[in-house]
Amino acid sequence: MSAPATADPPMIRMVGVHKHFGSLHVLRDINLDVARGEVVVVLGPSGSGKSTLCRSINRLEPIDEGRIEIDGTPLPEEGRALARLRADVGMVFQQFNLFAHKTIAENVELAPVRVRRISRPDAHAAAMQLLTRVGISDQADKYPAQLSGGQQQRAAIARALAMRPKVMLFDEPTSALDPEMVQEVLDVMTALAREGMTMLVVTHEMGFARRAAHRVVFMSDGEIVEDSAPDQFFTAPRSERAKDFLGKILTH
Amino acid sequence: MIQLLLDNRDLFITGFLHTILLFVLAGLGALVLGTLLAAMRVSPVPALRLLGTGYVTIFRNTPLTLVFFFFAFAYPRLELVDVSFFTRAVLALAMYTAAFVCEVVRSGINTVDVGQFEASRALGFTFSQTLTTIVVPQAIRSVVPPMTSVLNSLLKNTTIAAGFSVLEAGQITPALSERGAPLLIGMFWIAVGFGILVVPLTATQRALEKRWSVAR
Ligand SMILES: Nc1ncnc2c1ncn2[C@@H]1O[C@H](COP(=O)(O)OP(=O)(O)O)[C@@H](O)[C@H]1O
Ligand SMILES: [Mg+2]
Repeated sequence: MSAPATADPPMIRMVGVHKHFGSLHVLRDINLDVARGEVVVVLGPSGSGKSTLCRSINRLEPIDEGRIEIDGTPLPEEGRALARLRADVGMVFQQFNLFAHKTIAENVELAPVRVRRISRPDAHAAAMQLLTRVGISDQADKYPAQLSGGQQQRAAIARALAMRPKVMLFDEPTSALDPEMVQEVLDVMTALAREGMTMLVVTHEMGFARRAAHRVVFMSDGEIVEDSAPDQFFTAPRSERAKDFLGKILTH
Repeated sequence: MIQLLLDNRDLFITGFLHTILLFVLAGLGALVLGTLLAAMRVSPVPALRLLGTGYVTIFRNTPLTLVFFFFAFAYPRLELVDVSFFTRAVLALAMYTAAFVCEVVRSGINTVDVGQFEASRALGFTFSQTLTTIVVPQAIRSVVPPMTSVLNSLLKNTTIAAGFSVLEAGQITPALSERGAPLLIGMFWIAVGFGILVVPLTATQRALEKRWSVAR
């Protein structure tokens, strides 16, 4: 797949971003643009800073230095403006994080009603459509704990999509799933990518990266070491660290 | 025994009415203030967190009698608004109990998985929306039993107001002895009175626990 060419500001722009946890330097001079409609997969060994990068984009982790812009707007400080911006950035977590005291349909409706001020009937209709799209409309009235991991993650994707986000962030969305449930979630994500959603996906799923990504970003020790097309990255990685990483992943 | 109760019913009625009033007013005040303090302690604003923590540290480590002393003797010297002993007793009890309410609410909030906060913030909920729609409903179930015991202590602590000229149940005994009535029997009836007051508290706890356990 080739990246769609556009003259718009990039959907995500990170310039000279640094982040420390105490003395640990977890993001080192990160420079990354994600264009509108682009799908970027972030790869890298555990502890390399992938989650921190992903979470800094909607400021769940504040950064120490540098600049982050969403669709041309710099990330605001904590407060209402930040809440508004987060509403436009969908996020899917490894642990799903569905609201445990709400049904699946309520999970999907809640933010459109409370944050977007959409009427409850409209929000419910939209929620049911989204649940149908991810294949779990029959689970709408159950509580999260009654669903399988794969179903929960699809519900979490529907919940994020209900806000009509400009961009979707995924932090290892299939890592907490039993192997037989990985594909159902990847299928939803692949469909989303084909529809032109801008996506930044932290994942170890090489198949997804090859099929759906326009670019692969490889991180190691808080740095972006490679940023290339999937084919090139998988067949001819440039750096030793990437070769080493691929060697370990592919033999598994 | 009943005779003593009947002969001194004026004392018992005023005493317990004041106890109930002290309890209800101080309890409401403590619940509101304590919840606000808990919100401060988990807020993203460092200054608010510090303020909340400071308050709790001071009031949790000060004996209640000292708080009462402050309101009884030091407060008038500050020459602020002149308020009755009763109001000052309510303030002392509410401010003291709020520190404990805060800690109960905060530990309840801490039982809620951090992922619930993150998902809520990521969807664009403000801090207060996150607390009220996502966190508190999930925290309430674990909050009800310890909160009941905080309110129970408050009920007993109202007797300290007796030392500060508020006629409440704790002052019935000295008043009885002035009238030359047998103290032991007087105390017995006071104990019975407190026993009765605890009943609605426990009943409320049961009802709340039942309601929130069904609502998962
Ligand atoms: N809240 C935190 N406090 C302290 N250290 C953290 C925190 N979150 C992550 N780290 C550390 O930062 C580094 C990068 O973590 P992370 O971004 O989660 O990596 P990855 O997602 O690539 O596994 C790791 O060494 C991790 O232990
Ligand atoms: Mg991670």
